[in-house]
Amino acid sequence: MGDSVLWVATGLATLLVLVILLVILVDVIKNGAPRLTLGFITKAPSEGMTAGGIFPAIFGTVALVLLMTIAALPAGVATAVFLHEYANPTAAATRIVRIAVNNLAGVPSIVFGLFGLCFFVQFVGGGIDKFFYGGDKVFGQPALIWAALTMAILTLPVVIVATEEALSAVPRDMRLASAALGASKFQTVLHVVLPQAVPGILTGAILAISRGAGEVAPILFTGAAYFLPTLPRTLHDQFMQLGYHVYVLATQSPDVDATRPLLYATVLVLLVLTFALNATAIIVRSRMRKKFSGSHA
Amino acid sequence: MNTQAALSPSESPTGSLSVDQLFVYYGDKRAMGPVSMTIPGKRVTALIGPSGCGKSTFLRSLNRMNEMILGCRVEGEVKLDDEPIYGPGVDAVAVRRRIGMVFQKSNPFPKSIYDNVAYGLRIGGLTDRAELTGKVEHALKQSALWEEVKDRLHESALGLSGGQQQRLCIARALAVEPDVLLMDEPASALDPIATAHIEELIHELAHDYTVVIVTHNMQQAARVSHHTAFFYMGDLIEFDRTQVIFTKPSQSKTEDYITGRFG
Repeated sequence: MGDSVLWVATGLATLLVLVILLVILVDVIKNGAPRLTLGFITKAPSEGMTAGGIFPAIFGTVALVLLMTIAALPAGVATAVFLHEYANPTAAATRIVRIAVNNLAGVPSIVFGLFGLCFFVQFVGGGIDKFFYGGDKVFGQPALIWAALTMAILTLPVVIVATEEALSAVPRDMRLASAALGASKFQTVLHVVLPQAVPGILTGAILAISRGAGEVAPILFTGAAYFLPTLPRTLHDQFMQLGYHVYVLATQSPDVDATRPLLYATVLVLLVLTFALNATAIIVRSRMRKKFSGSHA
Repeated sequence: MNTQAALSPSESPTGSLSVDQLFVYYGDKRAMGPVSMTIPGKRVTALIGPSGCGKSTFLRSLNRMNEMILGCRVEGEVKLDDEPIYGPGVDAVAVRRRIGMVFQKSNPFPKSIYDNVAYGLRIGGLTDRAELTGKVEHALKQSALWEEVKDRLHESALGLSGGQQQRLCIARALAVEPDVLLMDEPASALDPIATAHIEELIHELAHDYTVVIVTHNMQQAARVSHHTAFFYMGDLIEFDRTQVIFTKPSQSKTEDYITGRFG
């Protein structure tokens, strides 16, 4: 009796999740797909964003996510390697770093946006301008590089935690075998531990990318532009981004009825893009796993 | 015996290990010692004794693998051909290149058979492809694995059987041309046929290497070793030629153990 009640209750809860996802997808696809033409994904917005496409926003999103990954992955992996392989696990400093990482994960994303504005745009960017450009505003304003770095800090804990888990999963046997062959600790980490942790590290990258592609708050003040007729050409240009573009379309349009189909299509593109980025990383990961699974004996 | 005559590729004439007043502590607790003994070069020495007697701890202290264990401390000295391995300025990494180790559970890297054997050579800085290939082949022949794997060197090592994996681990340890090979119950996880292979191999290896083997299996100790050391409760009770240990031990504890009265 109790079993069947639980079965029904958990089943219904599961069903609810599926239904919600389905409703969102059906709604977005039904309303977005008709507007999703080649021109929509290759052209810039026009006529006060009531016509044209979203190419600059797609370009900006991809550029942002790539730069973010380039910044977050090495720093995150290096931090995890230090914490897991080198730091004394019982030392107070190690524990403080761990607490800091966990708290970083809990900070609201708008706070990262403000931090990015203060630290990267005004302090770092302003400083660069002062020393290298004689006070001209080049780096000291919202830009692609600052948005990417802000986003990298936001996703850093994800990468660190995933990498640490991947490192823990590498059997101690492997480290002993390597040490017994006369490998230094660094050689062991580089040639034995890290290669085996790659699938887990890629999982971290996937999670970071998913999060980064969908976040808007951290880039509001650090680099995203309301509308730009041209693509960003340098790291200190501003850029358009899909999530921010959805917000702009939804709240700032002069003609709501003309904008609505564009809005749906933009959301669809954002979903597809996030999905495609994830799928790529998942495929890479499963290939890495298969490479030496040894099941072909 | 004329084993000194240029059998080993290394500079070491004998590869003997002399152990002087060696203690090992885990935290404050004495795990083993004092142990003083001379392990003869180019012979097989077996370490026997009941579980927890300190024989594996002793084995690990011979190539400083104990340093991988948190809270482990070693006192005393071990010398490989009169060169101290614990002295100030001696690098544990350098010690382990001369004193290799094979573990209880075979632990090949999830790499190809070739890359497993080449690993120690590569981290040692050898990049010449022809030289690498020659040394990999030599090591695989020494461990009697060559015939079974020569056509699949670039396949994953994890596809090998348990016994083959253990011989691969032996090949991997031999590839770096150590003087001494330490083996921690190398056949305990294997079936009788694979065990017989390993034992035969150990016998062969003694022509070129000093072999120190920990074993729970007294028949195995009797079959493969020239000398046997009996450990009990962290102490070295008796060390002698294997034949003597198994027929006329001088200590009553040794006799009790080998006749199966405890352990």
